Amino acid sequence: MSERIRLVVDGKPAELDADPAMPLLYALRADLALNNPKFGCGLAQCGACTVHVDGRPTRSCVTPVGAVKGKKITTLAGLGTPERPHPLQTAYIGEQVPQCGYCLSGWVMTAAALLRDTPKPSDTQIRQALAGLKCRCGTHMAILRAVKRAAGAKA
Amino acid sequence: MTPAPLSRREFLKAGALVVSFMMPGTVGGALERVGATTGGKPPLTPDELDSWIAVLPDGRVTAFFGKMDMGQGVDVAIAQIVADELDVAFDRVVVVMGDTAFTCNQGGASGSTGVQRGGVTLRYAAAEARRILLDRAAEKLSVEVAQLTVRDGVVSVAGDPRRRASYGELINGQHFHHKLEWNKQYGNPLLAKGLAIPKTASEYRIVGTSIPQRIVADKVFGALPYVTDVKVDGMLHARVVRPPTAGCAPVTVDESSIGGIPAARVIREKDLVAVVAEREWDAVRAAATLKVTWAQPCTPFPPMETLHEHIRQAKPIGGGVPVNKGDVEAALKTAHRLIEAEYEWPLQSHASMGPACAVADVRADQATLWTGSQKPHYARNGVAKLVGLPPEKVRAVWVPGPGSYGRNDAGDAALDAALLSKLTGRPVRVQYMRHEGTGWDPKGPAAVYRARAGLDAQGTVVAYDFFGKGFTRQDVATTESDPKDTLAGQLTGYAPKPTVIFQVPAEAYDFANKRCGWECIAPLLDRGSPLRTGHLRDPLGPETHFASESFIDEVAHAAGVDPVAFRLRHVSDPRHVAVITAAAEKAGWTARPYPNPRRGTGHVMTGRGVSYTERNGTIVAVVAEVEVDRRSGRVWAKRFTVAHDCGLIINPKGLELTIEGNVVQAVSRTLFEEVAFDRDRVLSVDWASYPILEIQDAPERIDIVLINRPDVASSGAGEPSTRTVPAAIANAIFDATGVRLRRVPITPERVRAALARA
Ligand code: FES
Ligand code: FES
Repeated sequence: MSERIRLVVDGKPAELDADPAMPLLYALRADLALNNPKFGCGLAQCGACTVHVDGRPTRSCVTPVGAVKGKKITTLAGLGTPERPHPLQTAYIGEQVPQCGYCLSGWVMTAAALLRDTPKPSDTQIRQALAGLKCRCGTHMAILRAVKRAAGAKA
Repeated sequence: MTPAPLSRREFLKAGALVVSFMMPGTVGGALERVGATTGGKPPLTPDELDSWIAVLPDGRVTAFFGKMDMGQGVDVAIAQIVADELDVAFDRVVVVMGDTAFTCNQGGASGSTGVQRGGVTLRYAAAEARRILLDRAAEKLSVEVAQLTVRDGVVSVAGDPRRRASYGELINGQHFHHKLEWNKQYGNPLLAKGLAIPKTASEYRIVGTSIPQRIVADKVFGALPYVTDVKVDGMLHARVVRPPTAGCAPVTVDESSIGGIPAARVIREKDLVAVVAEREWDAVRAAATLKVTWAQPCTPFPPMETLHEHIRQAKPIGGGVPVNKGDVEAALKTAHRLIEAEYEWPLQSHASMGPACAVADVRADQATLWTGSQKPHYARNGVAKLVGLPPEKVRAVWVPGPGSYGRNDAGDAALDAALLSKLTGRPVRVQYMRHEGTGWDPKGPAAVYRARAGLDAQGTVVAYDFFGKGFTRQDVATTESDPKDTLAGQLTGYAPKPTVIFQVPAEAYDFANKRCGWECIAPLLDRGSPLRTGHLRDPLGPETHFASESFIDEVAHAAGVDPVAFRLRHVSDPRHVAVITAAAEKAGWTARPYPNPRRGTGHVMTGRGVSYTERNGTIVAVVAEVEVDRRSGRVWAKRFTVAHDCGLIINPKGLELTIEGNVVQAVSRTLFEEVAFDRDRVLSVDWASYPILEIQDAPERIDIVLINRPDVASSGAGEPSTRTVPAAIANAIFDATGVRLRRVPITPERVRAALARA
């Protein structure tokens, strides 16, 4: 039941042999050794595993890898780099947002899509867009500051 | 042209992540570069200066820290302290932490003592290193030490800066080989010092500044390897299989039920059942597919809605009355008026952001453990005992994990991995699933509090009586140094032995007759319990002070005194007075009738509440402002003002962020969190069944007043504000609604019910 599956991950073509029912998260973490999407729940309840699939924030823990064949997957590490950071990454560093940082993929990848579609979101729009994400360390105040800062930086 | 697809191996190499530094054999390579080499180094004992500080030939400095940073930047604070004592630039200091091969056991992350205790020995060691280097410089430059000055690791003669020697030259690639005076203790009490007298606060330049955490960038670019990312050659993936009902042993395990899953097999040792596979997904599927018959459920738990009644009725297994001043009973009899109330706090889960993970490689004569446990030195001891090796043959390497906030599931995963590695003869990675992370972590204890106060005719408090009863905070110990305190141990024959430990309020109220006591009750299930208790951030702090600070408010209200004024009337320590006053002033608090006469007749009622507590030297006061929706019962803890005094402040920005995290997490625990269970199982097993705060419920604003006390040694900040928040919210709800909520979590249903009764 294993199949050859091709993906484009953070701009690089990649391929693996896998059960197409296996969640994308396991393909990224175990097969492709990409660490930044995290296993938080496996139930689409927390966001720690969020990646962009063709630009859409997607919970990779419940997305069968067979359903994203040939698609463009972007992880937190592909969103920006120290040399070419995404404005959210710059803002996160400026605001010193993360504590443990285990939740980051959810917040940053979801907020990146928000800012792309709504460059100047209100506080309410930010809170709505980020609903359903978890951060056990309680960094929410800094997250709000960083998203607002990044929105300003984009202007 | 499109490049050819990368194989897994090439992808690994090309990827941004380098996890190899955690592989056995190469660990030394990375650490060598920061001066952790063992060649010529004296043994790793606390009485050797080299165990704490290394000065490299290029002038960089390594500090070996036997505690860890759990995300709040303790390592930055340690580097600031060391840089200041040594007079080197902050950027030259690297902190190595959490590896038993290179750090002494300073107790791991524990009780917010990273700076308070852990920093003290590092400060003494750095000062001693500077003293020795200056002695050498004096000799080399033929001057008295008093004539020398140091600037960024370069020693020069005052007034003649061409006569100079750098630390790198002075140490000359050698170790110090210098003894410290050590108090012969390990863990939090460890203290070692030399002859040097550390600097006074007025001499600090780096301490007190807001240096950011370097590691944040690694996290934000997805480049920081976590414990979940550790990969070891030949590693098997494991999943444990816990009983569906608590306390039930496996009877039969049908190995053929996973026969269709490649290379998956069952590992069983007594009551511990696990599956291993070469590929992670196969291990996940095998654990979900495996057929096990379990012993009949034994209904160890009371019906959930009677938990607090169970606590009231249960026979105590220990107790104490640590505060007993005057004659409370006699004074209560003379009281003109008696105020009484009871408060209840539920069981709560660590519910760490990710369920725990650990990797262990246990061989015949040595073992390595990679763990997110807060206490790797103790985890090493527990692994050693469980697998039958001497502790010095086991190396534990702490790797950052999801924030643990106490004795979470990381400690159990560590020993599971070690046992499974021993049984399979392969390195094993144990990754818990969400239902294990939330369903099987040690829980923060539930408790009931009964408080009474007597007022005389003038409204003066003549007697104050506070009594807590609940589960001990340590059914399992705060460390994993004994297998009995882990599930792996308890399922394979180690009998648990809870420690009876509880607490009374920490405040400075001076009442003529005052008594504070406690009792603990036995665990609900004697082994392998998903409701066993363990340390959860500020163990028992939010429980106790939700009750005590709510009650003080009730007494103030009964006495007809403004709640800020009432607290100030009964506290005389100037630091405590200053903190309460600072919070009130910053929040714009002015005395007015209570509850809020202008709370409004609309759907949304507003109110404010105050609370104040102490924790091991740190004093916190919080003013909360809430909105309560009359129809839905929703409470929005909208605004907080926090005044915080933890002595000398090392890093103001880091401190503010730490306080914010405390406040938000405490809001979550106050308004949302309660472990649900039925007669034989835990029902809170994921984020749907154990909800925590989400961003729509995050406050609008948190204002923080930091009170710096350069003349007072730093105390902790990782937990103290957690205990102050719950009562501030409850008191604000009373102000908003005129109704007291005496049971946590303060859910919309409970608010609606309380409003309907009012
Ligand atoms: S791990 Fe995917 S949403 Fe939690
Ligand atoms: S920073 Fe730890 S969970 Fe968000």
